[in-house]
Amino acid sequence: MAETLQFDLVSPERMLTSVAATEVQIPGAEGDFTAMPGHAPFLSTLRPGIVSAVTDQGEVKYVVTGGFAEVTAQSVSLLAERSVPASELTQPTYDEMLADLRKAAGEATGDSADSAGKLVNDMVAVGHQLGLNTAAA
Amino acid sequence: MPSLKDLKNRINSVKSTRKITKAMQMVAAAKLRRAQDAAEAARPYAARMEAVVNGLATSVAGSDTAPRLLAGTGADKVHLLVVMTAERGLCGGFNSSIVKLARIRAAELLAQGKTVKILTVGKKGREQLRRDLSAHLVGHVDLSEVKRVGYVNALTIATDVLKRFDEGEFDVATLFYNRFQSVISQIPTTQQIIPAPVPEGAEASTLYDYEPSEEAILEDLLPRSVATQIFTALLENGASEQGARMSAMDNATRNAGDMIDRLTIVYNRSRQAAITKELIEIISGAEAL
Repeated sequence: MAETLQFDLVSPERMLTSVAATEVQIPGAEGDFTAMPGHAPFLSTLRPGIVSAVTDQGEVKYVVTGGFAEVTAQSVSLLAERSVPASELTQPTYDEMLADLRKAAGEATGDSADSAGKLVNDMVAVGHQLGLNTAAA
Repeated sequence: MPSLKDLKNRINSVKSTRKITKAMQMVAAAKLRRAQDAAEAARPYAARMEAVVNGLATSVAGSDTAPRLLAGTGADKVHLLVVMTAERGLCGGFNSSIVKLARIRAAELLAQGKTVKILTVGKKGREQLRRDLSAHLVGHVDLSEVKRVGYVNALTIATDVLKRFDEGEFDVATLFYNRFQSVISQIPTTQQIIPAPVPEGAEASTLYDYEPSEEAILEDLLPRSVATQIFTALLENGASEQGARMSAMDNATRNAGDMIDRLTIVYNRSRQAAITKELIEIISGAEAL
């Protein structure tokens, strides 16, 4: 197997995963990017999207609603406030995530309203990708 | 001298008290395990968050564009004390030690002519602080309905605190909680959360590329960092509470045992004395004939 980097995904309540991966795709706030071993040190905030890591056991995907990523040459640490394995994301959980974002967007004003609206759209896109109903909530 | 019946009743009542304290101790022990696990599980996130924020804070601290959560309001007039205690009593000096610490701090600040506002989390602290500092209480977060403290609870408190900050209600916020050391020792701790303290001597993490800018990331991170610190404090406090309760109830159980032993001796002695007295009466009665 090629070179690997340490991929950690942690939420405030627990550590979700900690594995060696060859590449990790991350939905950065200003565009998706892929971190591979030897990546320059990099810090980015996240937008709602799907994180996917290529490991020995194949590709694993997680849905995140936000947070930030710390990338170094040897490791990727994702600090996500809310994160669920994509395969376990159910419609009610998704609805709840979407409703939270919509509510935040509804309350936001001025500049932040635009960015909050963008977050909602990102979340809707995630729903489309996973074949979930995005109309509810 | 209490009668034999009184003594017997007394012994029985202490015995049932001992059963209750013993049960409470075991419940606390089970809860402590869970609370410790939760605190343990939350550590990686908090540690990374702290590392990143410290790195960023050090490099941004001097600049004019530093977010208000880091730079502060420029004033040091109004202090918000977030006092975290338990919802229940019977846990030894757990609640009192936090309240004592908060009181000392409040007295200090008031002596310096500053304004003190107090936000209480947990019923017990509120009850104690209401006695002498009721004028300073500005809010209360009730967690009595919460079975298991989650990040959501921390987020609610953080949102409340941040909203007050944005509205200019205070300049400096400090957390008061018990840090869990071991079952027999919990350390009352104060921690300043707003403005975020800039670590001294930490190296600026200039190696990183930032996307979006350093300031924008920091702006996004600081509220999260506040929530994380509150969450950590809640978990530490939860573990401390159970630890304190466990040792308090252990002591109570032991004291009840001692008391039962003592009462049993008194009971046996007075029974023996009664028998001896009766015997003497019978014998002297027979001799008199």
